[in-house]
Amino acid sequence: MDRDSLVAPLSAPNESTNGDAPEARPPRRPFSWTWLGVAPFFLFAILFLFLPSISIFIRSFEKLGGGFTFQNIIDIFNKSDIRSAYAMSLKVSAVTALGGAFFGFLLAYAVCLGGLPRWARTFLLSFSGVASNFAGVPLAFAFVATLGNAGLVTRIIEAVLHTDIHAQGFSIYNFWGLSIVYMYFQFPLMVLIMAPALDGLRREWREACENLGGTGYHFWRYVALPILLPTLLGTAILLFGNAFGAYATAYAFTGSFLNLVTIVIGAQIQGDVLYNPGLGNAMALGMIFIMSITMLGYAWLQRRASRWTR
Amino acid sequence: MKRFPVFSWLWLFLGLFYFFIPLFSTIEFSLRMLKGRYTLEAYRVAFQDPRFYTSFGYSLLWAVITMAISLLLVVPTAYWVQLRLPKLRPYVEFITLMPFVVPAVVLIFGLIRLYGRPPLVLTTTPAALIVGYVVLSLPYMYRSVDAGLRAVDIRTLTEAAQSLGANWLTIIKDVILPNLRVALLSGMFLTFAIVMGEFTFASLLSWPAFGPYIEEIGSMRAYTPQAVSVMSFAVTWLSIAGIQWLGRGGASGVQTAGAR
Repeated sequence: MDRDSLVAPLSAPNESTNGDAPEARPPRRPFSWTWLGVAPFFLFAILFLFLPSISIFIRSFEKLGGGFTFQNIIDIFNKSDIRSAYAMSLKVSAVTALGGAFFGFLLAYAVCLGGLPRWARTFLLSFSGVASNFAGVPLAFAFVATLGNAGLVTRIIEAVLHTDIHAQGFSIYNFWGLSIVYMYFQFPLMVLIMAPALDGLRREWREACENLGGTGYHFWRYVALPILLPTLLGTAILLFGNAFGAYATAYAFTGSFLNLVTIVIGAQIQGDVLYNPGLGNAMALGMIFIMSITMLGYAWLQRRASRWTR
Repeated sequence: MKRFPVFSWLWLFLGLFYFFIPLFSTIEFSLRMLKGRYTLEAYRVAFQDPRFYTSFGYSLLWAVITMAISLLLVVPTAYWVQLRLPKLRPYVEFITLMPFVVPAVVLIFGLIRLYGRPPLVLTTTPAALIVGYVVLSLPYMYRSVDAGLRAVDIRTLTEAAQSLGANWLTIIKDVILPNLRVALLSGMFLTFAIVMGEFTFASLLSWPAFGPYIEEIGSMRAYTPQAVSVMSFAVTWLSIAGIQWLGRGGASGVQTAGAR
């Protein structure tokens, strides 16, 4: 949008330099107070969203005791515990995003186009709405009750197969365990977003494809997938960001067993565990950076996807 | 004759298993406090703890304040943008999506570093907590209200009211708000669900709330945390059910909440 329109009342049109008739000039509008209506909102955003972000940005380049430095940014890549925290966060996010996207897509396909009765769809979408909101501390405890040492599934396996999976070296307090927990809120989100996209595949497109002699394979390869691809990828990216910023679930589930970026930042807030406030800021900045890329990718893919959903 | 959709059913059942097994396990686990039989002992213990009530009460308080501030910020803005400043829409939308870019733990990090020292100290009051919650609620509140505003022709309604001589108070109170009732309630329910289960902000700012309370008893007791988790889940579930009930007939699915 053009910024000029915001300040239009202030910058009055140029006084007649080209000799136009006076009537041709737009009348000078009185100063408009319209913007006051949205001022509180923007003030709030500046104070509590932009200033904190900018402060993180500036302090990322602050030396211990003051002064400018790039060392904090360099340290993110050099210090092995910080690098491994990023690696672990990226890994969990990538795995649960891909897994959630795959499983969620199959589920959404099953209830939208898979020939299941109507109630299955309503039912699944309702529960996806609930499950995608079921995260944080209660979710962690739910999985402790499911797959933990005395969990229901653990005991069922023990009763049926006579093996204690935890004695066999299985544990949920590791990378795969956390991924299983994250999947609980990841794939329902995929279902929620994919279902409307799949509904958007028009019957005419399939019929057109069939009239031209195309098979189901042709329809999916040349019509449906290209149309759905932006939505698919976009949602996978969204799931990635969803997992990357997660803190409560991981904290309650693993305590400090798993070295995730969010966990390290949380510890840094509670006490300067990195012994360098600037480094903490740099880690936070790294998260904002990765999340920004994620969301830009999502926004771009969304725009592409919306081409077909008019 | 149509084939029986084997794989569709298979995926559906797998999905529903994933949904229900942890829920069922949590409920089953919460009933197992006394050896050898199912009792509500864990719930009795949970209800005996006075801190259960105080933390729940605090979360209720935070939720009510957050809903009020979020409404006050979002409704006039969304209305005004729709009516007078449509050019600002992309900026407002961008801001409401910021919480997706700045994760809760990073936002709280920034807030503590910025408002933990003069000139403006907020971290010693619940203000920082409420601010965080309002930010979390922005995407859901705005989308909900904006969808509500688009669904009715707000400009015509406003102009009709004006031409009948209504003042702004009357327009807002008797024309706009009644039309937005469902949208506002959805946004409020979602905000309520988010705040009631929130952990990150309250824990890192050290304010009493339900989320940190559950986490804390998790490290002290067995079985009761699961009982409280079931109750927390019920709160979320009721909020979402409320939204779906309000939005019945509409095409909208329930949006997902933040605060992981």
